[in-house]
Amino acid sequence: MVKCAAVSCIMESDLKTTVINGINSMRLLFAVFLMVSGTLALAAPRGDELFAAHCAACHGDTGAGGVGVPLSFPSFLDSVDDDFLRKTIRYGRPGRVMPAFRILSNAQVDAIVRYIRGWSDKPAPVFSDKPVAGNAKHGKQLFSSYCAACHGADGEGGKGTGVTFSRKRDLPIIAPALNNPGFLAAASDGMILHTLEYGRENTPMRSFLVQGLTEQDLDDLVSYVRSFANGKTPFDTPASSTAVAKTITAESSYSLQETIENLEGAIVSQNFILIRTETLEHGLIAEGEEDSKEIILHFCNFSFLYEALKLDPRVGMFLPCRVTVTERDGKVMVTTINPLYLSRLFNNNELDEYCRQMHDVYSAILEDATL
Amino acid sequence: MKTWFAGALLLCSLLQLPSLAHAEEIIMTRSVLAFPEAMLALQESIRAHGYTVSRVQRIDIGLTGMGYKTDKYRVVFAGKLEEIRQLTDKAPELTAYLPPKISIFAEGEQTVLVTLNPQLYAEIAGDAIDPIIFTHWESDLRSIFRDVNVAR
Repeated sequence: MVKCAAVSCIMESDLKTTVINGINSMRLLFAVFLMVSGTLALAAPRGDELFAAHCAACHGDTGAGGVGVPLSFPSFLDSVDDDFLRKTIRYGRPGRVMPAFRILSNAQVDAIVRYIRGWSDKPAPVFSDKPVAGNAKHGKQLFSSYCAACHGADGEGGKGTGVTFSRKRDLPIIAPALNNPGFLAAASDGMILHTLEYGRENTPMRSFLVQGLTEQDLDDLVSYVRSFANGKTPFDTPASSTAVAKTITAESSYSLQETIENLEGAIVSQNFILIRTETLEHGLIAEGEEDSKEIILHFCNFSFLYEALKLDPRVGMFLPCRVTVTERDGKVMVTTINPLYLSRLFNNNELDEYCRQMHDVYSAILEDATL
Repeated sequence: MKTWFAGALLLCSLLQLPSLAHAEEIIMTRSVLAFPEAMLALQESIRAHGYTVSRVQRIDIGLTGMGYKTDKYRVVFAGKLEEIRQLTDKAPELTAYLPPKISIFAEGEQTVLVTLNPQLYAEIAGDAIDPIIFTHWESDLRSIFRDVNVAR
Protein backbone atom coordinates (compact mmCIF):
# COMPACT_ATOMS: atom_id res chain seq x y z
CA MET A 1 0.00 0.00 0.00
CA VAL A 2 2.83 2.23 0.96
CA LYS A 3 4.62 1.18 -2.22
CA CYS A 4 1.48 1.84 -4.17
CA ALA A 5 1.09 5.26 -2.61
CA ALA A 6 4.71 6.00 -3.35
CA VAL A 7 4.27 4.99 -6.98
CA SER A 8 1.13 7.03 -7.14
CA CYS A 9 2.99 9.95 -5.59
CA ILE A 10 5.80 9.61 -8.11
CA MET A 11 3.28 9.36 -10.94
CA GLU A 12 1.49 12.42 -9.61
CA SER A 13 4.78 14.20 -9.33
CA ASP A 14 5.68 13.23 -12.93
CA LEU A 15 2.29 14.38 -14.07
CA LYS A 16 2.77 17.68 -12.28
CA THR A 17 6.20 18.08 -13.83
CA THR A 18 4.78 17.24 -17.25
CA VAL A 19 1.99 19.74 -16.83
CA ILE A 20 4.37 22.41 -15.59
CA ASN A 21 6.74 21.68 -18.47
CA GLY A 22 3.81 21.85 -20.84
CA ILE A 23 2.76 25.22 -19.43
CA ASN A 24 6.34 26.45 -19.63
CA SER A 25 6.55 25.29 -23.24
CA MET A 26 3.31 27.11 -24.02
CA ARG A 27 4.68 30.21 -22.30
CA LEU A 28 7.88 29.93 -24.28
CA LEU A 29 6.00 29.55 -27.56
CA PHE A 30 3.73 32.44 -26.69
CA ALA A 31 6.68 34.62 -25.68
CA VAL A 32 8.54 33.75 -28.88
CA PHE A 33 5.36 34.44 -30.86
CA LEU A 34 5.02 37.85 -29.22
CA MET A 35 8.67 38.70 -29.82
CA VAL A 36 8.60 37.47 -33.41
CA SER A 37 5.39 39.29 -34.25
CA GLY A 38 6.75 42.37 -32.51
CA THR A 39 9.96 42.12 -34.52
CA LEU A 40 8.06 41.60 -37.74
CA ALA A 41 5.75 44.49 -36.99
CA LEU A 42 8.75 46.69 -36.28
CA ALA A 43 10.43 45.48 -39.45
CA ALA A 44 7.36 45.88 -41.69
CA PRO A 45 8.90 47.45 -44.77
CA ARG A 46 8.02 51.03 -45.57
CA GLY A 47 8.27 51.84 -49.24
CA ASP A 48 8.95 55.54 -48.71
CA GLU A 49 11.86 54.86 -46.36
CA LEU A 50 13.29 52.13 -48.55
CA PHE A 51 13.02 54.34 -51.62
CA ALA A 52 14.76 57.20 -49.80
CA ALA A 53 17.54 54.87 -48.65
CA HIS A 54 18.18 52.91 -51.83
CA CYS A 55 16.70 54.74 -54.81
CA ALA A 56 16.35 58.49 -54.26
CA ALA A 57 20.01 59.39 -54.74
CA CYS A 58 19.79 58.34 -58.39
CA HIS A 59 16.07 58.56 -59.18
CA GLY A 60 15.31 61.73 -57.20
CA ASP A 61 13.41 62.07 -53.93
CA THR A 62 10.13 62.40 -55.84
CA GLY A 63 11.10 59.94 -58.56
CA ALA A 64 11.64 62.76 -61.04
CA GLY A 65 14.94 61.23 -62.17
CA GLY A 66 18.57 62.30 -62.19
CA VAL A 67 21.40 59.83 -62.57
CA GLY A 68 18.57 57.29 -62.97
CA VAL A 69 15.32 57.08 -64.92
CA PRO A 70 12.43 59.40 -63.90
CA LEU A 71 10.20 56.74 -62.36
CA SER A 72 7.31 59.06 -61.60
CA PHE A 73 6.87 59.96 -65.27
CA PRO A 74 3.22 59.10 -66.07
CA SER A 75 4.11 57.57 -69.43
CA PHE A 76 6.73 55.38 -67.74
CA LEU A 77 4.34 54.10 -65.08
CA ASP A 78 1.61 53.55 -67.69
CA SER A 79 3.86 51.29 -69.74
CA VAL A 80 5.58 49.07 -67.17
CA ASP A 81 3.94 46.45 -64.98
CA ASP A 82 4.78 45.70 -61.36
CA ASP A 83 6.64 42.56 -62.32
CA PHE A 84 9.01 44.64 -64.47
CA LEU A 85 9.68 46.98 -61.54
CA ARG A 86 10.22 44.08 -59.13
CA LYS A 87 12.61 42.27 -61.47
CA THR A 88 14.46 45.49 -62.30
CA ILE A 89 15.12 46.11 -58.60
CA ARG A 90 16.14 42.50 -58.12
CA TYR A 91 18.34 42.06 -61.24
CA GLY A 92 19.51 45.62 -61.89
CA ARG A 93 21.14 46.30 -65.21
CA PRO A 94 24.44 44.41 -65.31
CA GLY A 95 27.16 46.62 -66.74
CA ARG A 96 25.11 49.83 -66.29
CA VAL A 97 24.74 52.12 -63.27
CA MET A 98 21.59 50.42 -61.86
CA PRO A 99 22.74 47.83 -59.28
CA ALA A 100 20.99 44.56 -58.44
CA PHE A 101 19.40 44.87 -54.99
CA ARG A 102 19.63 41.19 -54.16
CA ILE A 103 19.88 41.90 -50.46
CA LEU A 104 16.34 43.31 -50.24
CA SER A 105 13.63 40.90 -49.16
CA ASN A 106 10.63 40.24 -51.39
CA ALA A 107 8.49 42.23 -48.95
CA GLN A 108 10.89 45.19 -49.21
CA VAL A 109 10.91 45.05 -53.01
CA ASP A 110 7.10 44.93 -53.02
CA ALA A 111 6.97 47.92 -50.66
CA ILE A 112 9.20 49.95 -53.00
CA VAL A 113 7.07 48.96 -56.02
CA ARG A 114 3.88 49.98 -54.19
CA TYR A 115 5.49 53.30 -53.28
CA ILE A 116 6.55 53.95 -56.90
CA ARG A 117 3.11 52.93 -58.14
CA GLY A 118 1.60 55.44 -55.74
CA TRP A 119 2.82 58.26 -57.98
CA SER A 120 0.20 57.30 -60.54
CA ASP A 121 -3.54 57.51 -60.07
CA LYS A 122 -4.03 54.68 -62.57
CA PRO A 123 -3.81 50.99 -61.73
CA ALA A 124 -0.71 49.09 -62.81
CA PRO A 125 -1.00 47.85 -66.38
CA VAL A 126 -1.24 44.11 -66.93
CA PHE A 127 0.34 42.60 -70.03
CA SER A 128 -0.11 39.27 -71.70
CA ASP A 129 2.46 36.74 -70.56
CA LYS A 130 2.25 34.93 -73.91
CA PRO A 131 5.55 34.97 -75.79
CA VAL A 132 5.37 36.87 -79.08
CA ALA A 133 6.24 34.78 -82.13
CA GLY A 134 7.59 37.07 -84.84
CA ASN A 135 10.21 37.02 -87.56
CA ALA A 136 13.43 38.17 -85.85
CA LYS A 137 15.24 38.48 -89.18
CA HIS A 138 12.69 41.00 -90.45
CA GLY A 139 12.70 42.59 -86.99
CA LYS A 140 16.42 43.21 -87.33
CA GLN A 141 15.87 45.20 -90.52
CA LEU A 142 13.14 47.24 -88.89
CA PHE A 143 15.28 47.79 -85.79
CA SER A 144 18.14 49.32 -87.76
CA SER A 145 15.70 51.67 -89.54
CA TYR A 146 13.48 52.68 -86.64
CA CYS A 147 15.20 51.97 -83.32
CA ALA A 148 18.99 51.96 -83.69
CA ALA A 149 19.32 55.76 -83.81
CA CYS A 150 18.29 55.98 -80.14
CA HIS A 151 18.82 52.47 -78.77
CA GLY A 152 22.14 51.82 -80.55
CA ALA A 153 22.93 49.49 -83.44
CA ASP A 154 23.03 46.46 -81.15
CA GLY A 155 20.46 47.69 -78.63
CA GLU A 156 23.19 48.94 -76.31
CA GLY A 157 21.16 52.04 -75.34
CA GLY A 158 21.99 55.70 -74.86
CA LYS A 159 25.21 56.63 -73.15
CA GLY A 160 25.86 58.24 -69.83
CA THR A 161 23.81 59.15 -66.81
CA GLY A 162 21.34 61.86 -66.03
CA VAL A 163 23.60 64.60 -64.70
CA THR A 164 24.92 67.55 -66.62
CA PHE A 165 28.39 66.06 -66.87
CA SER A 166 26.83 63.51 -69.11
CA ARG A 167 23.99 65.02 -71.09
CA LYS A 168 21.48 67.82 -71.40
CA ARG A 169 18.78 68.01 -68.77
CA ASP A 170 16.01 68.66 -71.29
CA LEU A 171 16.10 64.98 -72.27
CA PRO A 172 14.23 63.23 -69.47
CA ILE A 173 15.11 59.69 -70.43
CA ILE A 174 18.12 57.94 -71.92
CA ALA A 175 17.08 55.27 -74.42
CA PRO A 176 17.34 52.04 -72.43
CA ALA A 177 19.81 49.29 -73.29
CA LEU A 178 17.49 46.71 -74.83
CA ASN A 179 20.26 44.16 -75.07
CA ASN A 180 20.90 44.26 -71.33
CA PRO A 181 20.26 40.90 -69.66
CA GLY A 182 18.61 42.69 -66.74
CA PHE A 183 16.16 44.46 -69.05
CA LEU A 184 15.43 41.29 -71.01
CA ALA A 185 14.79 39.31 -67.83
CA ALA A 186 12.50 42.03 -66.46
CA ALA A 187 10.46 42.98 -69.53
CA SER A 188 7.86 40.58 -70.89
CA ASP A 189 7.16 40.39 -74.62
CA GLY A 190 3.76 41.88 -73.87
CA MET A 191 5.33 44.89 -72.17
CA ILE A 192 7.74 45.55 -75.03
CA LEU A 193 4.91 45.19 -77.52
CA HIS A 194 2.79 47.68 -75.59
CA THR A 195 5.60 50.26 -75.69
CA LEU A 196 5.97 49.76 -79.44
CA GLU A 197 2.22 50.12 -79.91
CA TYR A 198 1.69 53.19 -77.78
CA GLY A 199 5.10 54.79 -77.38
CA ARG A 200 5.90 56.85 -74.29
CA GLU A 201 4.42 60.31 -74.14
CA ASN A 202 6.86 63.22 -73.70
CA THR A 203 9.83 61.09 -74.74
CA PRO A 204 11.36 60.49 -78.17
CA MET A 205 9.73 57.02 -78.10
CA ARG A 206 6.67 57.26 -80.37
CA SER A 207 4.02 54.75 -81.33
CA PHE A 208 5.22 52.66 -84.26
CA LEU A 209 1.67 51.93 -85.31
CA VAL A 210 1.21 55.66 -85.78
CA GLN A 211 4.46 55.67 -87.76
CA GLY A 212 2.97 53.17 -90.18
CA LEU A 213 4.27 49.80 -89.00
CA THR A 214 1.86 46.85 -88.88
CA GLU A 215 1.10 44.65 -85.90
CA GLN A 216 3.12 41.88 -87.54
CA ASP A 217 6.08 44.31 -87.84
CA LEU A 218 5.85 44.98 -84.10
CA ASP A 219 5.85 41.24 -83.36
CA ASP A 220 8.95 40.92 -85.55
CA LEU A 221 10.65 43.73 -83.61
CA VAL A 222 9.83 42.09 -80.28
CA SER A 223 11.30 38.80 -81.51
CA TYR A 224 14.46 40.57 -82.61
CA VAL A 225 14.83 42.41 -79.27
CA ARG A 226 14.30 39.11 -77.46
CA SER A 227 17.10 37.55 -79.53
CA PHE A 228 19.60 39.97 -77.87
CA ALA A 229 19.54 37.70 -74.81
CA ASN A 230 21.54 35.07 -76.66
CA GLY A 231 21.79 32.89 -73.58
CA LYS A 232 22.93 35.71 -71.27
CA THR A 233 21.24 36.14 -67.90
CA PRO A 234 21.48 38.85 -65.21
CA PHE A 235 23.19 36.28 -62.99
CA ASP A 236 26.23 35.76 -65.22
CA THR A 237 29.40 36.59 -63.30
CA PRO A 238 31.08 39.70 -64.71
CA ALA A 239 34.70 39.26 -65.73
CA SER A 240 35.68 42.10 -63.39
CA SER A 241 34.66 40.12 -60.31
CA THR A 242 37.74 37.94 -60.42
CA ALA A 243 40.10 38.50 -57.48
CA VAL A 244 42.52 41.37 -58.04
CA ALA A 245 44.98 43.17 -55.77
CA LYS A 246 43.39 45.94 -53.72
CA THR A 247 46.29 48.33 -54.19
CA ILE A 248 49.21 48.81 -56.56
CA THR A 249 52.37 48.90 -54.50
CA ALA A 250 56.08 49.15 -55.23
CA GLU A 251 59.16 49.42 -53.05
CA SER A 252 61.40 52.25 -54.15
CA SER A 253 65.13 51.91 -54.66
CA TYR A 254 65.51 55.59 -53.78
CA SER A 255 65.22 57.79 -50.71
CA LEU A 256 61.86 59.33 -49.78
CA GLN A 257 62.76 62.70 -51.28
CA GLU A 258 64.23 61.18 -54.44
CA THR A 259 61.16 59.01 -54.88
CA ILE A 260 58.90 62.05 -54.59
CA GLU A 261 60.94 63.87 -57.23
CA ASN A 262 60.86 60.79 -59.47
CA LEU A 263 57.10 60.54 -59.06
CA GLU A 264 56.62 64.20 -60.00
CA GLY A 265 58.56 63.59 -63.20
CA ALA A 266 56.73 60.32 -63.96
CA ILE A 267 53.31 61.93 -63.44
CA VAL A 268 54.08 64.72 -65.90
CA SER A 269 55.51 62.27 -68.43
CA GLN A 270 52.15 60.43 -68.39
CA ASN A 271 50.42 63.69 -69.45
CA PHE A 272 48.98 64.40 -66.00
CA ILE A 273 49.17 67.72 -64.17
CA LEU A 274 50.63 67.65 -60.67
CA ILE A 275 48.13 69.46 -58.43
CA ARG A 276 49.94 69.42 -55.09
CA THR A 277 52.19 67.43 -52.79
CA GLU A 278 51.24 67.26 -49.11
CA THR A 279 51.40 65.03 -46.05
CA LEU A 280 48.68 62.42 -45.53
CA GLU A 281 47.88 64.16 -42.26
CA HIS A 282 47.52 67.60 -43.84
CA GLY A 283 44.60 69.44 -42.28
CA LEU A 284 44.15 66.90 -39.50
CA ILE A 285 46.85 68.40 -37.28
CA ALA A 286 48.66 71.73 -37.01
CA GLU A 287 51.12 72.44 -39.81
CA GLY A 288 54.61 71.25 -38.95
CA GLU A 289 53.36 68.53 -36.62
CA GLU A 290 52.33 66.15 -39.41
CA ASP A 291 54.12 62.86 -40.08
CA SER A 292 56.56 63.94 -42.80
CA LYS A 293 57.17 60.32 -43.82
CA GLU A 294 53.69 59.91 -45.34
CA ILE A 295 53.33 62.02 -48.46
CA ILE A 296 50.53 62.20 -51.01
CA LEU A 297 51.00 63.50 -54.55
CA HIS A 298 47.71 64.59 -56.15
CA PHE A 299 47.52 64.83 -59.93
CA CYS A 300 44.96 65.01 -62.72
CA ASN A 301 44.36 64.78 -66.46
CA PHE A 302 41.25 66.90 -66.97
CA SER A 303 40.25 65.39 -70.29
CA PHE A 304 40.42 61.90 -68.80
CA LEU A 305 38.62 63.08 -65.67
CA TYR A 306 35.80 64.65 -67.66
CA GLU A 307 35.24 61.51 -69.70
CA ALA A 308 35.16 59.36 -66.56
CA LEU A 309 32.70 61.70 -64.79
CA LYS A 310 30.47 61.60 -67.84
CA LEU A 311 30.19 57.85 -67.48
CA ASP A 312 29.52 57.96 -63.77
CA PRO A 313 29.77 61.07 -61.58
CA ARG A 314 30.44 58.89 -58.55
CA VAL A 315 34.02 58.21 -59.65
CA GLY A 316 34.81 61.49 -57.88
CA MET A 317 35.23 59.35 -54.76
CA PHE A 318 38.65 58.44 -56.12
CA LEU A 319 39.61 61.87 -57.38
CA PRO A 320 41.91 63.53 -57.85
CA CYS A 321 44.38 60.79 -58.78
CA ARG A 322 47.02 60.23 -56.12
CA VAL A 323 50.04 58.20 -55.11
CA THR A 324 51.14 57.83 -51.50
CA VAL A 325 54.79 57.54 -50.53
CA THR A 326 55.76 56.31 -47.09
CA GLU A 327 59.03 55.64 -45.33
CA ARG A 328 59.08 53.10 -42.50
CA ASP A 329 62.18 51.51 -41.03
CA GLY A 330 64.25 52.91 -43.89
CA LYS A 331 62.00 51.28 -46.51
CA VAL A 332 60.28 53.58 -49.03
CA MET A 333 56.98 52.29 -50.40
CA VAL A 334 54.74 53.80 -53.07
CA THR A 335 51.04 52.85 -53.05
CA THR A 336 47.99 53.70 -55.13
CA ILE A 337 44.44 52.45 -55.28
CA ASN A 338 43.90 49.70 -57.83
CA PRO A 339 41.22 50.92 -60.25
CA LEU A 340 40.69 47.32 -61.41
CA TYR A 341 39.67 46.37 -57.87
CA LEU A 342 37.34 49.35 -57.57
CA SER A 343 35.72 49.17 -61.01
CA ARG A 344 33.26 46.50 -59.80
CA LEU A 345 31.68 49.08 -57.49
CA PHE A 346 30.30 51.01 -60.42
CA ASN A 347 28.62 48.23 -62.42
CA ASN A 348 29.54 50.03 -65.63
CA ASN A 349 31.23 48.27 -68.54
CA GLU A 350 32.35 51.50 -70.15
CA LEU A 351 33.95 52.66 -66.95
CA ASP A 352 35.80 49.35 -66.70
CA GLU A 353 37.82 50.39 -69.74
CA TYR A 354 38.81 53.67 -68.03
CA CYS A 355 39.75 51.73 -64.93
CA ARG A 356 42.00 49.48 -67.01
CA GLN A 357 43.66 52.56 -68.50
CA MET A 358 44.13 54.14 -65.07
CA HIS A 359 45.58 50.91 -63.73
CA ASP A 360 48.17 51.00 -66.52
CA VAL A 361 48.94 54.68 -65.84
CA TYR A 362 49.42 54.08 -62.12
CA SER A 363 51.59 51.03 -62.78
CA ALA A 364 53.76 52.96 -65.26
CA ILE A 365 54.19 55.88 -62.83
CA LEU A 366 55.22 53.57 -60.01
CA GLU A 367 57.64 51.68 -62.23
CA ASP A 368 59.21 54.88 -63.58
CA ALA A 369 59.63 56.36 -60.11
CA THR A 370 60.85 53.39 -58.13
CA LEU A 371 63.11 51.30 -60.35
CA MET B 1 13.75 30.60 -18.08
CA LYS B 2 17.21 31.58 -19.27
CA THR B 3 17.09 28.94 -22.01
CA TRP B 4 13.83 30.06 -23.54
CA PHE B 5 14.81 33.69 -23.31
CA ALA B 6 18.10 32.99 -25.08
CA GLY B 7 16.24 30.94 -27.69
CA ALA B 8 13.77 33.73 -28.29
CA LEU B 9 16.55 36.27 -28.59
CA LEU B 10 18.43 34.06 -31.03
CA LEU B 11 15.33 33.66 -33.16
CA CYS B 12 14.73 37.39 -33.18
CA SER B 13 18.32 38.13 -34.07
CA LEU B 14 18.15 35.59 -36.91
CA LEU B 15 15.12 37.43 -38.24
CA GLN B 16 17.19 40.61 -38.25
CA LEU B 17 20.08 39.05 -40.18
CA PRO B 18 19.20 40.40 -43.62
CA SER B 19 19.55 44.00 -42.44
CA LEU B 20 22.83 43.25 -40.64
CA ALA B 21 24.21 41.55 -43.71
CA HIS B 22 23.26 44.51 -45.86
CA ALA B 23 26.43 46.28 -46.93
CA GLU B 24 26.16 48.60 -49.89
CA GLU B 25 29.64 49.31 -51.18
CA ILE B 26 28.73 52.83 -52.20
CA ILE B 27 26.65 54.92 -49.82
CA MET B 28 24.65 57.69 -51.44
CA THR B 29 22.07 60.25 -50.47
CA ARG B 30 20.27 63.16 -52.03
CA SER B 31 19.59 66.55 -50.50
CA VAL B 32 16.84 68.85 -51.70
CA LEU B 33 19.13 71.73 -50.72
CA ALA B 34 21.07 73.62 -53.34
CA PHE B 35 24.77 72.85 -53.49
CA PRO B 36 26.12 75.62 -51.17
CA GLU B 37 23.60 74.88 -48.43
CA ALA B 38 24.11 71.12 -48.72
CA MET B 39 27.88 71.62 -48.51
CA LEU B 40 27.43 73.70 -45.37
CA ALA B 41 25.14 71.07 -43.81
CA LEU B 42 27.66 68.35 -44.68
CA GLN B 43 30.61 70.10 -43.08
CA GLU B 44 28.61 71.00 -39.98
CA SER B 45 27.51 67.41 -39.52
CA ILE B 46 31.02 66.04 -40.10
CA ARG B 47 32.32 68.30 -37.32
CA ALA B 48 29.38 67.50 -35.05
CA HIS B 49 30.32 63.83 -35.35
CA GLY B 50 33.82 64.61 -34.10
CA TYR B 51 35.71 64.46 -37.40
CA THR B 52 38.03 67.09 -38.85
CA VAL B 53 37.50 68.33 -42.39
CA SER B 54 41.07 68.23 -43.65
CA ARG B 55 40.50 69.58 -47.13
CA VAL B 56 37.81 70.48 -49.64
CA GLN B 57 39.04 69.71 -53.14
CA ARG B 58 37.39 71.46 -56.06
CA ILE B 59 37.04 69.15 -59.04
CA ASP B 60 35.03 71.48 -61.25
CA ILE B 61 37.47 74.38 -61.21
CA GLY B 62 40.06 72.46 -63.19
CA LEU B 63 37.45 71.24 -65.61
CA THR B 64 35.90 74.65 -66.25
CA GLY B 65 39.40 76.05 -66.58
CA MET B 66 39.94 73.58 -69.41
CA GLY B 67 36.72 74.71 -71.10
CA TYR B 68 34.37 71.93 -69.93
CA LYS B 69 30.83 72.71 -68.84
CA THR B 70 30.25 71.12 -65.46
CA ASP B 71 28.11 71.18 -62.37
CA LYS B 72 29.52 72.07 -58.98
CA TYR B 73 31.63 69.20 -57.75
CA ARG B 74 33.77 68.92 -54.61
CA VAL B 75 35.51 66.18 -52.68
CA VAL B 76 35.54 66.59 -48.90
CA PHE B 77 38.36 64.82 -46.99
CA ALA B 78 37.68 64.14 -43.31
CA GLY B 79 38.96 61.97 -40.49
CA LYS B 80 40.25 61.69 -36.95
CA LEU B 81 44.02 61.95 -36.66
CA GLU B 82 44.53 59.19 -34.10
CA GLU B 83 42.37 56.74 -36.03
CA ILE B 84 44.12 57.49 -39.31
CA ARG B 85 47.52 57.01 -37.65
CA GLN B 86 46.46 53.74 -36.10
CA LEU B 87 45.13 52.42 -39.40
CA THR B 88 48.05 53.42 -41.59
CA ASP B 89 50.49 51.99 -39.03
CA LYS B 90 48.80 48.60 -38.93
CA ALA B 91 47.61 48.38 -42.54
CA PRO B 92 49.90 50.40 -44.84
CA GLU B 93 47.71 49.49 -47.88
CA LEU B 94 45.14 51.90 -46.47
CA THR B 95 47.45 54.88 -47.09
CA ALA B 96 46.16 54.77 -50.68
CA TYR B 97 42.59 55.31 -49.48
CA LEU B 98 42.84 57.57 -46.43
CA PRO B 99 41.66 60.00 -45.22
CA PRO B 100 38.09 59.04 -46.17
CA LYS B 101 36.38 61.20 -48.79
CA ILE B 102 32.86 62.29 -49.58
CA SER B 103 32.00 63.44 -53.08
CA ILE B 104 29.34 66.11 -53.29
CA PHE B 105 27.94 67.40 -56.57
CA ALA B 106 25.04 69.47 -57.76
CA GLU B 107 22.29 67.90 -59.76
CA GLY B 108 20.01 70.66 -60.96
CA GLU B 109 18.62 72.44 -57.90
CA GLN B 110 19.52 69.53 -55.63
CA THR B 111 22.71 67.89 -54.40
CA VAL B 112 23.98 64.32 -54.38
CA LEU B 113 26.47 62.91 -51.86
CA VAL B 114 28.49 59.76 -52.44
CA THR B 115 31.07 57.90 -50.41
CA LEU B 116 32.73 54.53 -50.22
CA ASN B 117 31.32 52.26 -47.53
CA PRO B 118 34.10 52.08 -44.90
CA GLN B 119 33.47 48.34 -44.65
CA LEU B 120 35.47 48.11 -47.86
CA TYR B 121 38.51 49.33 -45.91
CA ALA B 122 38.10 46.30 -43.68
CA GLU B 123 38.36 44.10 -46.75
CA ILE B 124 41.53 45.93 -47.79
CA ALA B 125 43.09 45.86 -44.32
CA GLY B 126 42.37 42.17 -43.79
CA ASP B 127 43.14 40.84 -40.32
CA ALA B 128 45.47 43.70 -39.43
CA ILE B 129 42.66 45.87 -38.09
CA ASP B 130 39.72 45.23 -35.78
CA PRO B 131 36.80 45.91 -38.16
CA ILE B 132 34.77 47.56 -35.40
CA ILE B 133 36.34 50.90 -36.33
CA PHE B 134 34.89 50.65 -39.84
CA THR B 135 31.49 49.77 -38.43
CA HIS B 136 31.65 52.98 -36.38
CA TRP B 137 32.69 54.95 -39.45
CA GLU B 138 29.85 53.49 -41.48
CA SER B 139 27.38 54.33 -38.75
CA ASP B 140 28.72 57.90 -38.53
CA LEU B 141 28.67 58.34 -42.29
CA ARG B 142 25.09 57.17 -42.52
CA SER B 143 24.20 59.55 -39.69
CA ILE B 144 25.99 62.42 -41.45
CA PHE B 145 24.17 61.64 -44.70
CA ARG B 146 20.88 61.51 -42.81
CA ASP B 147 21.60 64.96 -41.37
CA VAL B 148 22.19 66.38 -44.84
CA ASN B 149 19.17 64.55 -46.22
CA VAL B 150 16.77 66.03 -43.67
CA ALA B 151 18.37 69.49 -43.50
CA ARG B 152 16.06 72.24 -44.83
